[in-house]
Amino acid sequence: MPADDPGAANGSDGGAVSGVPTGPKLITTRFDQADGYTYDGYVRSGGYEALRRALTAMTPDAVHDQVKTSEIQGRGGAGFPAGVKWGFLPDGVFPRYIVVNGDESEPGTYKDRMLMELDPHQLIEGVVLASYAVGAAQAFLYVRGEMALAQERIAQALNDAYANNLVGTNILGTDFSVDIHLSWGAGAYIVGEETALIESLEGERGMPRLKPPFFPAAKGLYLQPTIVNNVETLSNLPWIINHSGQDFYDLASPTSTGMRMFAVSGHVNAPGVFEVPNGTTTFRDLVEAPEYCGGVRNGRSVKAFIPGGASAIWFFPEHLDLPLDKATVDQAGSMLGSGAIVVMDDTTDMVAACWRVVRFFARESCGKCTPCREGTTWLERILKRMLDGNGRPEDLATLVDVCESISPGLAWPPKQTTICPLGPSAVSPIVSAVERFRHEFDHYVEHGRPIDGVERHAIHGTSGVAVHV
Amino acid sequence: MSRLSDHHVIVANDIIARCPRPKSALIPVLHLAQEQDGYVSTDAMEHIAELIGITPAEVYGTASFYEMFKFEPVGKYCINVCTNISCQLLGAWELLEHAEERLGIKSGSTTTDGMFTIEDVECIAACTEAPALQVNYRYRYRVTNEDFDALVDDLRNGALDDEIPPHGTLARVRQTTPDNWADTGRRAQEAVDAR
Ligand SMILES: Cc1cc2nc3c(=O)[nH]c(=O)nc-3n(C[C@H](O)[C@H](O)[C@H](O)COP(=O)(O)O)c2cc1C
Ligand code: SF4
Ligand code: FES
Repeated sequence: MPADDPGAANGSDGGAVSGVPTGPKLITTRFDQADGYTYDGYVRSGGYEALRRALTAMTPDAVHDQVKTSEIQGRGGAGFPAGVKWGFLPDGVFPRYIVVNGDESEPGTYKDRMLMELDPHQLIEGVVLASYAVGAAQAFLYVRGEMALAQERIAQALNDAYANNLVGTNILGTDFSVDIHLSWGAGAYIVGEETALIESLEGERGMPRLKPPFFPAAKGLYLQPTIVNNVETLSNLPWIINHSGQDFYDLASPTSTGMRMFAVSGHVNAPGVFEVPNGTTTFRDLVEAPEYCGGVRNGRSVKAFIPGGASAIWFFPEHLDLPLDKATVDQAGSMLGSGAIVVMDDTTDMVAACWRVVRFFARESCGKCTPCREGTTWLERILKRMLDGNGRPEDLATLVDVCESISPGLAWPPKQTTICPLGPSAVSPIVSAVERFRHEFDHYVEHGRPIDGVERHAIHGTSGVAVHV
Repeated sequence: MSRLSDHHVIVANDIIARCPRPKSALIPVLHLAQEQDGYVSTDAMEHIAELIGITPAEVYGTASFYEMFKFEPVGKYCINVCTNISCQLLGAWELLEHAEERLGIKSGSTTTDGMFTIEDVECIAACTEAPALQVNYRYRYRVTNEDFDALVDDLRNGALDDEIPPHGTLARVRQTTPDNWADTGRRAQEAVDAR
């Protein structure tokens, strides 16, 4: 078993074997460098040059303009352009804050942890650049509680960056000062939602706030203007400043710019995390190309795949040729979300897969809204009853009915009767699986077992609600 | 069990001083309590309330929301097996079943010698390395039954003591407040709060 050694992401440069779109690595360049996470290793490979350049030769507005020109879309899930979001900060209201979302916990997602463990200085440089651009008084770097190594690497990197005058008072001898405070969570997926993260940073339970009025840019941390950005989003800033926003924009497609990290997991031959041209690479490229996952395991075929994390509507074989382009995937009825692709081959028990994703949301509901708290729990129980061989003829209709109460119309993007999108996210796997594989649910109800030819799992253990041991 | 030690009080006060409002230090300071005792005791929560200037009920109100905080002793090693979708697809439930048999306990409980607790947990951001688990939040990837047995042996005989501290200790490197801490955030926020 490989030790606790962060794996390396594979890049797409170095010559295409199979004609997939190629591009330079932007943020994974140090993943193969043994000391890439240290201060010396970072500086030796060009680190902190962008910060020096920005602080000595660019105004804050000029930095903001480069980010606007890059049209980089947020990598945390919603895909909102970072430059536009920064522009929502109200003029003249101070103090204001930058909050870094390092809570990565959307099932299927694995890239922010890599960036924090393997290149923490790149993230810190990005945070200082963002703070300079928007005039932040302090930045908060919130790391998921379960990520001990990421917390260690970032703590060390911050101590070293302070010692070298790259964070703190009068950075690099200029009159710009900003602090970065490392904070961390304690196990709660919902804290990844930006307003819940802010609550958590204030020492509260991680329960989302209602938007409006609590859009972070207007009323965020301590009700001051706040920008929340994802780890991967901010890690791209040093490259953008070292090159230009236009260079970033020119890399891939005009509707999904730059390079982007995707984690491909599940039934593929070589699961991995890849930094690929955004917007032009297709799902098929990632699944099949030898430089990426090299096809489905055992020569089998794709039955379904999750294109953007557990909250996304599932895709099917006919979607494999879609490009990883936000506009295209949105139009096809799902989302790229957090860059998490989960591949299920034709031996997959769709009822079991659906249950597992629903159980996640039931367990992680913060409990603030009734449709989410009660609804996700009921959904989980009904699905589990089916899996256990105790399904009832009316169960499928009940499932859909409960889904309707959480997300009226079952449309995409979902309508919600809840404060945040977590509740409606639990509806995605059910809508996807029931629509396409209704016979698998019916079979469970009729025969108390899955259809022939699918793999059974030794599902047991705890049900819906979290255990406190 | 106990209030925070003098050393942990110094660390706690350092964290509190960096926060624009003291309550923002609550979760990191709760982790200190868990590092000290392996779980968060009632005495520690009362002490934390004093340090931060809030009520014990507020401390418990926040702490009880978060799954990592334990309010009674758990094993020296918490083994968290991810059973979420990517891991389920590649045998996580079978691994969990093996773990339960090997340790003679059900998921969610602790061995009588106090060495091991098993939990089945949600995605731990290692989906391409499925099935994955964590021991006290240190990762193991693509775990087979044989790997699991070897892991348990190594933990029992101390072979992993350097890599894996007892439950409660997260990062062993801490951010410290340097001389050039600008403190603009705290001062500006205090000025606003005073109005
Ligand atoms: C339930 C839920 C969970 C989320 N989890 C995360 C997360 O773990 N990491 C993240 O960066 N964004 C997460 N988001 C998105 C954040 O709310 C926010 O949009 C994002 O951090 C903004 O950063 P970006 O614009 O750079 O993407 C989540 C959203 C929801 C509704
Ligand atoms: S939708 Fe669910 S997770 Fe979101 S605020 Fe409501 S109860 Fe909490
Ligand atoms: S699903 Fe197991 S680590 Fe993500």
